[in-house]
Parts: sequence; C-alpha cells; structure tokens
Amino acid sequence: MKSNILSMLSKQALLTFTVSLVLFGPISGLILDGFSFKNELLKAVSLAAVVTAGRVVISLFQISAIGRKLAAGLASGHNGITVKTGQEKSPLFILVLLFIAGLSLPFFADKYFLGIAILALIYCLLGLGLNIVVGLAGLLDLGFVAFYAVGAYLLALGSQYIGLGFWGALVIAPFLAGLCGMILAFPVLKMHGDYLAIVTLGFGEIIRLVLNNWLEFTGGPNGASVPPPTVFGLEFTRTAKQGGVPIHDYFGVSYSADYKFWFIYIVLFLVVCIVIYAVERLRVMPLGRMWEALREDEVACRSLGVNHVFTKLTAFMLGASTGGLAGVFFAVHQGFVNPTSFTFFESALILAIVVLGGLGSTVGVILAALVLTILPELLRDFAEYRVLVFGILMVVMMMWKPRGLVRIKRPAFFPGEAGRGLPAGAEVRQ
Amino acid sequence: MRVPILEVQNVTMRFGGVVANRNVSFNVEHGAVTALIGPNGAGKTTMFNCITGFYRASEGRIVLNAESGPQDIGNLVTRRITGGSHLVTRAGIARTFQNIRLFKDMSVVENLLVAQHLATTNSLLSGVFRTPAFRKTERDAVDRAYYWLEQVNLVSDANRLAGELPYGRQRRLEIARAMCTGPRLICLDEPAAGLNPSETHDLSDVIQRLCADHDQSVLVIEHDMGLVMRISNHIVVLDHGEVISDGTPEHVGNDPAVVAAYLGVSEEEVTV
Repeated sequence: MKSNILSMLSKQALLTFTVSLVLFGPISGLILDGFSFKNELLKAVSLAAVVTAGRVVISLFQISAIGRKLAAGLASGHNGITVKTGQEKSPLFILVLLFIAGLSLPFFADKYFLGIAILALIYCLLGLGLNIVVGLAGLLDLGFVAFYAVGAYLLALGSQYIGLGFWGALVIAPFLAGLCGMILAFPVLKMHGDYLAIVTLGFGEIIRLVLNNWLEFTGGPNGASVPPPTVFGLEFTRTAKQGGVPIHDYFGVSYSADYKFWFIYIVLFLVVCIVIYAVERLRVMPLGRMWEALREDEVACRSLGVNHVFTKLTAFMLGASTGGLAGVFFAVHQGFVNPTSFTFFESALILAIVVLGGLGSTVGVILAALVLTILPELLRDFAEYRVLVFGILMVVMMMWKPRGLVRIKRPAFFPGEAGRGLPAGAEVRQ
Repeated sequence: MRVPILEVQNVTMRFGGVVANRNVSFNVEHGAVTALIGPNGAGKTTMFNCITGFYRASEGRIVLNAESGPQDIGNLVTRRITGGSHLVTRAGIARTFQNIRLFKDMSVVENLLVAQHLATTNSLLSGVFRTPAFRKTERDAVDRAYYWLEQVNLVSDANRLAGELPYGRQRRLEIARAMCTGPRLICLDEPAAGLNPSETHDLSDVIQRLCADHDQSVLVIEHDMGLVMRISNHIVVLDHGEVISDGTPEHVGNDPAVVAAYLGVSEEEVTV
C-alpha cells in the first residue's frame, strides 16, 4: 500500500516536472540578447521544481483524511438540487441579523467602501432581475443591459425635460422598463435558445447605439447629468438648488457629502430586500413554477394548458422591471450617465453573476454579485490581470461546480388535514 | 347510448407529399378505454398529435363534446394570437408522451402543481402578499396533488425530484400530472413502453381504476397487445394511415385484415 502511493506520487511528480520544464524552458530559460540568447536553464529547472513540489503537496493533501472528506463533499449531490425535508430550521434569526447589519453599514464604512457597497447592491438587483429571465424561465438574454440603460436614462432625461425626480423615476422605471421588455419580447418569444440570445444581444446594442447617436435628445457620448436625490423636499447639496432646504440646515448639523450616499445606500438596500422577498415568493407561486416548468420542458407545459407565450412574456417583463430599478440607482449614484456604461461587457458580467450563482438560486446570485463587484476592488493592485482572474474563475467554476456556487433547494409540500378523503371526482374545474 | 366524448371525422394529415393519415374516422366513447393500435409507422402518433392539438389536421374535423358543448380542436389551435395547443388542454384533453416529459429538476408535487395552474390564484400581488384566497387555492392544489399521488401509489415519493424516480414511477407520475388538469379525455401515448411485466400490471390497474372510479374517458396508443386486450373496451386499428378495423377486442382480434397487417402478409393472400 505504502509503496503503491510512493510510486504513484513519483510518477505524478515526474510528469509534472517534465511538463513544466517544457513550458518554462523556452519562456524563462532562454533570454534573448541581441541576436543571440543567454542560457539560463537553471532558472527554468528551479521554477519547475517549485511547481512539482506544489503538485506533490496537493496530492498528499488529497489522500489525507481531510482532503478525502472535502472531495466527497464536493462530489455528493449529483446535480446540486435537493428537495427540502420540511424540517429545516427557519433562517429568520440570521436574516434579521443580516438586515440590521446591512442597514447599519453606512455608520461604519468610509465613503470608498460605501461606494463599492452601493455598486454591489446594484449588481445584486441586476442579477436578481436577470435570474428571473435566465435562471427561472430559461430564456437566454444577452441584452439585459438595455433595461438597465432605460432606467438610468429615464431619470437623467426625465429630470432634464419634464422635471422628473428620483422618487418619480423609481416608481415609473419598472413600468417603462417592463414595457420595453414587452416590446422586445413580443416578436422574439417564438424563438428558442440561441436565436433568442442573438436577438436580445441585438436589442441591447440598438438601445446603446440610439443613446450614443441621438445627439439632440440624449446628449450622445457626452451623456446627461442626473440631479441628486431629495427626500421630502430636503436636498443633499451644500446649498439648495431644487427649491428645497439642504438637509444639514434642516437638522442643524454641518454639511457632509456622505449624507447623499448614506441615503442612496439605505433606499437601495430596502429595495433589494423587497425584491429578494418577492423573488423568493415567486419560487413557490404558480407563476414562478410555470416559469421553471417552461425552462424544463416547453412541450410538456403546453400539454398542461400553460400559455407559454404569455408566461415567457411575464418573465421578460418582470426581469426588465428589476433591471430598470437598478438603472435608476446607478444614475443617481453616479450623478451622470453616458452610453459607455451600457456596453455588452456589462450584459456579460450580469450573466456571469447569474451563472456563477447557480441558475435560479437567489442566495447564489446575491453572493456572486457581491464577489464579482468586491473582488475587482480588492484586486486593484493587479488591475491588468483582473479580467484574467475573472476568466480563470469562470472556467474553474464551470468545471467543478457547473450548477453554481449554491446548491438549489426546492420547497417541500405536505397535504393539509383536509386533504385526506377528498371526494372521488375531485375536478379542477368547478 | 351516450354521445361519444370525441368524434374524429374524416381526418387527413399530410406532411408535404407524405400522407400520414387518410380519411380517418372513429369515436372515443365516454367513460371507457379506447385503444389506437397498429404497426410502426401506421400514423398513430400523428393522429394523437392532431387530437391533442400539436398538429392541425389538413382536412376533416375533430370534435370534443365537452360539458359546454361541442368544440372543434382545429379551430382552437388556429385561433389568432391566443390560439395554440394549450387551449386544447383547457378544453379538456390531457396527454402524456411516448418519451416521458416530466419537469425533471422539480419535485414530484411541483410537477402536479404546475398542472393545476388554472385552479390556483396566479396573480403576482396575491402571491407576494399571501392573500387568503391565494393560500386557500394553494392548499387545495397541494391536497389535490396528494390525492392523485395516492391514486397512482406515489405518495411516498411526493417530495423527491421527478428525475430521480425509477422509470415506471415516472410513467405513473406523468399520468397523475395529466389527471391534475381535470381532463374530460386523457390520451396516453405508449404508456407501457419500456416497462417490465410487473410495472405494466401496475399501470393497467391504474388505467382501469381511472375508468371505473372516476368515469374517465381514456384514449391509449399501445404496442403491448396483452395490455391492450386486457384494458380496452374498444379498439381502432390503423395501418398505412387508414382505419382497417374498429370494434370490440374480440371483433378486432379475429379480423383477418388486422392479422394481415400485423403479420405483414398481403391482404389478398389472407382473404383467398
């Protein structure tokens, strides 16, 4: 047994050493010097030795008890979906704790961190919205950023042309974005998979190009400025500009630019909580179930009398509405919008959040949104490698956890007392 | 005699130049099992898809005699904008599939709940705020789901993923799901395909119970002649897209045309 392990280890070590020598040899072993080259093979050999040592350590860890347990934990649950047993403890306590912690964040965080937190919450909203479309209803949408842009530009242009404020935009944005979602969805919902993805991609680009080129109306590449928010007529600027009273005068405290961000953060946090609640409810509602059923098998859905076009339409509209909400917060946080914020890369990032979080899992999407917005900030020092790290993360995820970070738990249902002895001809239609 | 639940009148189905069904007419009786049989490629599944609204028949009429009066399946399918096969299910025809089509990543109960979407309160706001009406319809739907699970002996699997179930149970679950739509007529497409003898026996019990206890009309396509002869009250035989025999199991079993079709002998040789 022992010699068996030893021979396996040495085989692995030899293979790793050879491969890394082949890789490192030309890259760091030969250094160009004019038309000739210097031979620094020792450097390559030492690099290969380090890699080999690392490989041996990983192998040793894998055959240790802890490693085995970890591997078993990763492998269990073949597709990452389980049904609850109905005996789980209610997570209410943790949720309340998280809620309070989230609300009190502005009092501890500095301005820089609060900015990141706001951005992370905006991506949470976007992720939750796209999760409805891609994760629940299974419609691949590559142009989600269009609805984000609709929300953002609604506030910017609305204030410019008709004097729309933050609160007005917050109410109108979901409806306008939902309407845009409906306009897009009507012609394309008969399409499936890849075709739908291409059409939505096109739609996203159309919106961006219109914003970019309609100079007289949108300001084109110069963008449009967004007024700061107000609350009950109180303003967050040093001196009142919108006919109200500055908030620091009203409360008799000294001026600080942070108040605006505190306010945005708290409103955004509450909106995110409401959306999370609604999405979690959707999963145990007939509408959400129909979306998931459509994702699983459209033909079967039709055979059960589900109007598939209408059901897809609702998914598209609700997803778009959430995206529109996020857009309003983005605009008011930045104080300025221009089309470069709404490129395809943004759509891809949101899609990455949904896929990374596990299609359909709310907790997963929130975690992924936090990771994907906070991680780049932490990696500021390696700014050039950020996209590389991001890419590697995606590849590794898809190889090891293709169903996302968080295991999806399906709700359990149990019959009520009245369920026993239902009359024999229990018809659905009365 | 009661009015038949479904009348197929002179239906022809063409795919380009290929005629899958030619001038097919038969009736499905109320509260009985009607079997549609025939050799491979006889046009059984095409006929099935016409009846359940997945195809629009090229010619002829298919009429469902629902409680609210006769309804033409073709008109439901081709209705502008809102039309489609889902209307056929809403009119009262439910179906299962030859290759099982369950929602595999959803639990067994959820599969049945999706089927009851007409009875539940679907509005967004009532669901988010859990109104009393929402909770009541939801409770009723779960109870109805459990009732049908009991009918097909699947209660112990209620909170498992549908895709995890053994094949035979998936077949029975698909029937339960179709029954949850509250159909007037249930169409089973090769329900015994891939089942072992004991599972087939369970299945025939389930089908007979549907007829006896629930007065359910059943139309079934099946290749397992033992099952067909055991459960059906009425058999229609298709060959090359045409009805070659129609009657009771005894009548069909002794019909020389049917024997010829199944043994592959030309008709002249048999009749001579």
